[in-house]
Amino acid sequence: MTSQSASARMTSRASARALNRRAARVEKTQLLLAEFENTSDVLHAAEVMRRAGYQKWDVHSPFPIHGMDAAMGLKDSRLGWTVLLFALTGLTGAFVMMYWMGGVDYPFVAGGKPPGALPPMAPIIFELTILFSAFGTVLGMLHLNRMPRHNHPVFSSERFKGASDHRFFVSVDSRDKNFDAGRTRALLESNHASFIELIEVTS
Amino acid sequence: MYHEPILELGEEPLVKPGSTLHDITEDVCRVAESKMPRAWYVAFSIALVFVAIFAVSVATLFWRGIGAWGNTGPTFWAWDITNFVWWVGIGHAGTLISAVLFIFRQRWRTAINRFAEAMTLFAVLGAMTFAGIHVGRPWVIYYLFPLPDQMSLWPSFKSPLLWDVFAVGTYFTVSLLFWFTGLVPDLATMRDRATTPWRRRVFGFFAMGWRGSNRSWRNYERAYLILAGISTPLVISVHSVVAMDFATSIIPGWHTTIFPPYFVVGAVFSGFAMVMTVLLVARKIFKLERVILPRHLDLMNKVILLTSCLIGFAYATEFFIAWYSGNPYELYVFKNRAVGPYSWAYWTMVVCNVIVPQIFWKKSMRTNVPVMWVVSILINVGMWFERFVIIVTSLHRDFLPSSWGMFHPSIVDIGTFTGSIGVFFAGFLLFMRYLPVVAMSEVKGTMAQADPHYVAHHAEPEDGVSRESAAAALAMEAES
Repeated sequence: MTSQSASARMTSRASARALNRRAARVEKTQLLLAEFENTSDVLHAAEVMRRAGYQKWDVHSPFPIHGMDAAMGLKDSRLGWTVLLFALTGLTGAFVMMYWMGGVDYPFVAGGKPPGALPPMAPIIFELTILFSAFGTVLGMLHLNRMPRHNHPVFSSERFKGASDHRFFVSVDSRDKNFDAGRTRALLESNHASFIELIEVTS
Repeated sequence: MYHEPILELGEEPLVKPGSTLHDITEDVCRVAESKMPRAWYVAFSIALVFVAIFAVSVATLFWRGIGAWGNTGPTFWAWDITNFVWWVGIGHAGTLISAVLFIFRQRWRTAINRFAEAMTLFAVLGAMTFAGIHVGRPWVIYYLFPLPDQMSLWPSFKSPLLWDVFAVGTYFTVSLLFWFTGLVPDLATMRDRATTPWRRRVFGFFAMGWRGSNRSWRNYERAYLILAGISTPLVISVHSVVAMDFATSIIPGWHTTIFPPYFVVGAVFSGFAMVMTVLLVARKIFKLERVILPRHLDLMNKVILLTSCLIGFAYATEFFIAWYSGNPYELYVFKNRAVGPYSWAYWTMVVCNVIVPQIFWKKSMRTNVPVMWVVSILINVGMWFERFVIIVTSLHRDFLPSSWGMFHPSIVDIGTFTGSIGVFFAGFLLFMRYLPVVAMSEVKGTMAQADPHYVAHHAEPEDGVSRESAAAALAMEAES
């Protein structure tokens, strides 16, 4: 209902353009999945892909492959900055909480230590810094990896199940500017891909 | 198909030679996918009996109060805190193996880290249970947390007991996050192998759509490194804080600066022993000999031997300082430990913790499975007695002889303690039943096949082919 009334409000030209775009998107979202049998082949293929200038592509492996980040031309993970932010939040949060509770709201002398004394706060400041950092690490990692994402085109391939077992894959998105179903396939084939399939994305 | 791996001098493979990547998946997943052996059901039934004993004991404790235990003046802390420290100590091996050995690039840890991490979780859960039920009025347990209450009084942040709440709470949470992060790629393997829709859905949900993407591995590996980096000081801080529960008091035998490092070493020692106890049984029942090699056990026994010597050194230092300090109360406590009414506990501790592990100087003993299993159990016993000796012998005779007394455990004490072991094993057996017990993705990463320089043999000469394909690729680039 909503989409109908929305399109009615659009000018005919705009709606035609939108339809074209949608059609183009449906047509174009394909995924080329090339399977490799060992790490040296997939590493080599990744280097070739990078040199050929591909952008929207990925390597899938059951374990991280040494040297793959460089082969793919990936930059260092930015996760550390997120964690630093969380760590500082935990650190200042712990201090402010304890200072306010024990030094301002209900000043309290215990063990001969003045209200708001810093040394006895050290352990809890430390623990909360660690606690916040740990949450920052896990949540930051999930965010950077766009997880959880349960629906992905690669999952429609039966063979892709080997990616978590003993097989290695290169996936290329058809929206990549260099993508050409024939040429990309030939490139991967000439680099020892043992099996290649084209996944049609219907959604 | 592959070249023989090229190893450094003295280096041994971390996985049984000749294993393929798929063998690892099969060996590990098979455990959680097939019907459990009869031994599992027997063990689980026994564990459930003890879970019931635990439930009844805790119910009795809540109904009748702390008096249901043998705790009474002057030993107001006894088995409850002994069990708390014992469990939290056992938990330390998990983080040590996952985090500290990871940072030191001890890749042999991959065979045992999942076990150790799961063990940490259930052990720390046990510790938190004892910390929670020993408070006397468990219905006002929220006094422990900085929550506003009707008395407008906040918890005292100057108390080590409150530090403990934060330390153990953080430790459990971080261990859980670490364990779960490590599980994600393996859960994806379980998801991809699932044969029933339920397994696929449940593993799929927790695998969170992991695709083994290298763009994800990059952040994942960094996350793992950071978690290891922050867990390392955490694990040291946790048992140090537990030690400060004692060391910041003025009781002779507790008020010593050696406590924090001494407790941390003891924790590692007891934790490795518990990993060994559980691991050896699981290795046998689930036929994990391909992944968990005698070499791994040998290395673990070396850590046990090292920490045993450190513990022995700490015991000796305590005695020396008791004499050297010139404090008569301090000296009395230590004399009382060695020759007093609890000397049987003291000497059990010394024999189990310091003397027995010395047989690991011999390599044939370090690789003898029955021997190390028995030794690991003796260490568990010895470390329980260590905490008992520290707590009870220090409290039962302090400054005033008129307030001296003896501690006698009640049936509820025995029930809560043995019951907590049942809870631990029940949890652990469920973990083995449903989840991958070895970190597959990490083990695969240590294998020769994981090394890209380790070129595969095809029918063609490998060098020529790769040059040809590179040339083809360049031609393709030029064309486009």
